Amino acid sequence: MTLNLFYFLSFLAVLSALLVVFSKNPVHSVLYLIITFFSIGGHYLLLNAEFLFVVHIIVYAGAIMVLFLYVIMLLNLNRESEPHKSNLVKVAATISAGLLLIILVGSLKGAESMMQVENSSIGYVKSLGKVLFNEFMLPFEITSVLLLAAMVGAVMLGKSEKRSVN
Amino acid sequence: MVPIEYYLWLSAVLFTIGVLGVLYRRNAIIIFMCIELMLNAVNLVMVAFSNYLNDSSGQVFVFFIMAVAAAEVAVGLAILVVMYRNTKTTDIDILNQLKW
Amino acid sequence: MDMLVSLVPLLPLLGFLIIGLNSRRLSHGVTVAVACGSVLAAFVIAVVLFCQLSSLPADARFISVTVFNWISAGSFSASLGFLVDPLSALMLLIITGVGFLIHLYSVGYMHDDEGFNRFFSYLNLFVFFMLLLVMGSNYLVMFVGWEGVGLCSYLLIGFWFKNRDYTNAANKAFIMNRIGDLGLLLGVILIFVHFGSIQYNEVLAKATTIDKGTLTLITMLLFVGAMGKSAQIPLYTWLPDAMAGPTPVSALIHAATMVTAGIYMIARNNVLYTLSEPTQHVIMIVGLATALFAATIALVQNDIKKVLAYSTVSQLGLMFLALGLGAYTSGIFHMATHAFFKALLFLGAGSVIHALQGEQDIRNMGGLRKHLPITSVTFFIAVLAISGIFPFAGFFSKDEILAAAYAQDKVVWAIALFASLLTSFYMFRLFFLTFSGKVRASEHTMHHIHESPKSMTLPLVVLAVLSVAGGFMGVPEALHGSHWLNGFLAPVFAPSASLAHHAEHLSHSTEYMLMGVVTVLTLVMIAIAYVQYVSKNQVPAAEGVSTSPFHRLLYNKYYVDELYDAIIVKPLFWLSVQFDAIIERLGIDNLVNTFGSSVVWGSRAARRLQTGSIGFYIFVMVISIMVLLATAFVL
Repeated sequence: MTLNLFYFLSFLAVLSALLVVFSKNPVHSVLYLIITFFSIGGHYLLLNAEFLFVVHIIVYAGAIMVLFLYVIMLLNLNRESEPHKSNLVKVAATISAGLLLIILVGSLKGAESMMQVENSSIGYVKSLGKVLFNEFMLPFEITSVLLLAAMVGAVMLGKSEKRSVN
Repeated sequence: MVPIEYYLWLSAVLFTIGVLGVLYRRNAIIIFMCIELMLNAVNLVMVAFSNYLNDSSGQVFVFFIMAVAAAEVAVGLAILVVMYRNTKTTDIDILNQLKW
Repeated sequence: MDMLVSLVPLLPLLGFLIIGLNSRRLSHGVTVAVACGSVLAAFVIAVVLFCQLSSLPADARFISVTVFNWISAGSFSASLGFLVDPLSALMLLIITGVGFLIHLYSVGYMHDDEGFNRFFSYLNLFVFFMLLLVMGSNYLVMFVGWEGVGLCSYLLIGFWFKNRDYTNAANKAFIMNRIGDLGLLLGVILIFVHFGSIQYNEVLAKATTIDKGTLTLITMLLFVGAMGKSAQIPLYTWLPDAMAGPTPVSALIHAATMVTAGIYMIARNNVLYTLSEPTQHVIMIVGLATALFAATIALVQNDIKKVLAYSTVSQLGLMFLALGLGAYTSGIFHMATHAFFKALLFLGAGSVIHALQGEQDIRNMGGLRKHLPITSVTFFIAVLAISGIFPFAGFFSKDEILAAAYAQDKVVWAIALFASLLTSFYMFRLFFLTFSGKVRASEHTMHHIHESPKSMTLPLVVLAVLSVAGGFMGVPEALHGSHWLNGFLAPVFAPSASLAHHAEHLSHSTEYMLMGVVTVLTLVMIAIAYVQYVSKNQVPAAEGVSTSPFHRLLYNKYYVDELYDAIIVKPLFWLSVQFDAIIERLGIDNLVNTFGSSVVWGSRAARRLQTGSIGFYIFVMVISIMVLLATAFVL
């Protein structure tokens, strides 16, 4: 049963990822990416990482993709009208991506197989929270600073330069 | 039930599709989205290993990756907006001033 | 005691440092005090050491001091050590004593020179190196001193460095010295290889155990070094040219001390030389030939200093003759007396030059006896001494050498006698032409003539006294003397004495006969010179007047300089021009420039990577990641 779910979710993820790359309309790309995120979230559930599933949906599908949509609408990229890259570049890109896949898979050669652990409880909110706030306290705090910096940076960058000389 | 190689292969495929997208498309925003796709592939691997090795550091790290990805998207899109304001395009073949 | 020994070379070194580092700031008075004071103090200590040494019994008559262990590399170890034994004590006295007198003389002579302080710093440095040379207890310290005096000789000959000819003369001296030094260095290396040590006491003790062929080679190489330093044939041409330096320099370095370094070295290694008869023969022949050769050249020279220079070469030849005959004490004796009267001669010549405001040609002198009384009298005493007139110093020392020559080979004696007679002839020629007869100098020069100041005449007087009395340290038994010098130096030469085969002693009557013959013939030569230059008032021909071919040959020094120039100097220059054009320009310059231009080429090629297009950058990144992963994991 789990295996079938796994196959279904993976198929969904790969298909929508390909559609993200190859669709002409940017808004369609965003939508397909949201589907990809949901399927990956499904994988998280299969792996007993409940907290991460929720966070994943909220942050990625809920915030980041919405941000993308905002920007696309801001730039009015509804219609995909720009010319594509030359064929040579496209072929080269495909070939290099294929090579990368081969290498990535080949680098796993000789690794021994592991099976899933039954009833692991590390993905639950309580245990994850314990680890997060005990061992990873410092990165946690610094991440908050990082988010602050990003926020300030984004606001500074986004300001319009209408302030001319008085 | 599900051997770990399956997760690894899945993640490799997703990563490669992300790379393909980055090399294939000319629109800067689509490229950004493909980068997000790559990040997610990595997240998937981390969670898989965290489960299979019964170590929660993997999930914590995914947590942080997500935070960083969010920050990166915010700033990156802001930069893109500024560039669009100045050059009225998001085509990276035209935005080729990253040199001396 | 040890401190005293180390202090002897240290004082002049300090003098050099103090004056040399402050040469622009010090006043003349301070310089004089420091320079002369340091050498005088060294002399006083030398006297103390000498007295100390005399009180020791003959078989323990040495003081050995090790200052510190200098080099220690594998089986080779050398220390900075000093050895004060009779030979070095004698040389110490000469170096510091005569050196001090010359320092004093230079105060007056170099009074108006703008390089006054520099001169005294160089003089002190020279004294330091010369002391190192004679006081060293191993070959390495001696070599350091050897090279150092060569350096100081170069500095002092080219003292007036703005004159190109003088600096060329300085170069010539240094280069010829270096050629000899190569032989010396090879000899020392061979000594280390075969003896395993370079300390004098260890080497000289083992001398009898080394095979004769090796010893001959070593001694020959050491003699090559002596040839360069002490101006024997063929490395003598630098000494006449070295007269370009100030006269005190000529007196100190080229009469009394540096040129005697070769004599000292051979005397120090007397055991090695006694055991190598071929080398002794070579030394004898070279010394004899040089003595005769230089004497013939001196007969016709017209520069007062050049005559004295060739006279020095000739007298050094006589000293080497003595060493070659195995008469080591006689060689050292003649070296000591020669130091006195040759220094006196040079200083006297300097006094004349100073009085005549720089005139050095004897054809423009004459009749100076009335105007320069002290100089004239002391010069006369020196000329008597060098001619070997009884009872002046030169008589005893020269007579010993001639006696030793007679005892071994009559032909050698005859040639040596002839050279001595020529010596007396040209020395008296020099004296008569300079001091007697009519005045030939210009009106303007004679107007300003004056006797030299006290600082210059006092050393002349002291040296004159030594020239008179110096011979009495070696009065032979034939004249009812006890030959104090023989007894004093006996411990140094005792090993040789025991090894020498022919220790023929001449009977007293033979000795008397020899002395008589020499004296009579010398007086005859003096009479001839008197007749020619005083009675007949003959003056040597001026420049450009044609003379006989034989005269021209002698006047042009047998064209030896021109010969060296053609055979050695010009081919070397040609060779270096070739090297420059081919190896330097085409080879090395090209190589270095290629490095530079390849960097430029490489950066031009690398610049093309920076296209600015983001897609390209990402593409390259992906490729790089693939390559990295491939090399790390798959391969």
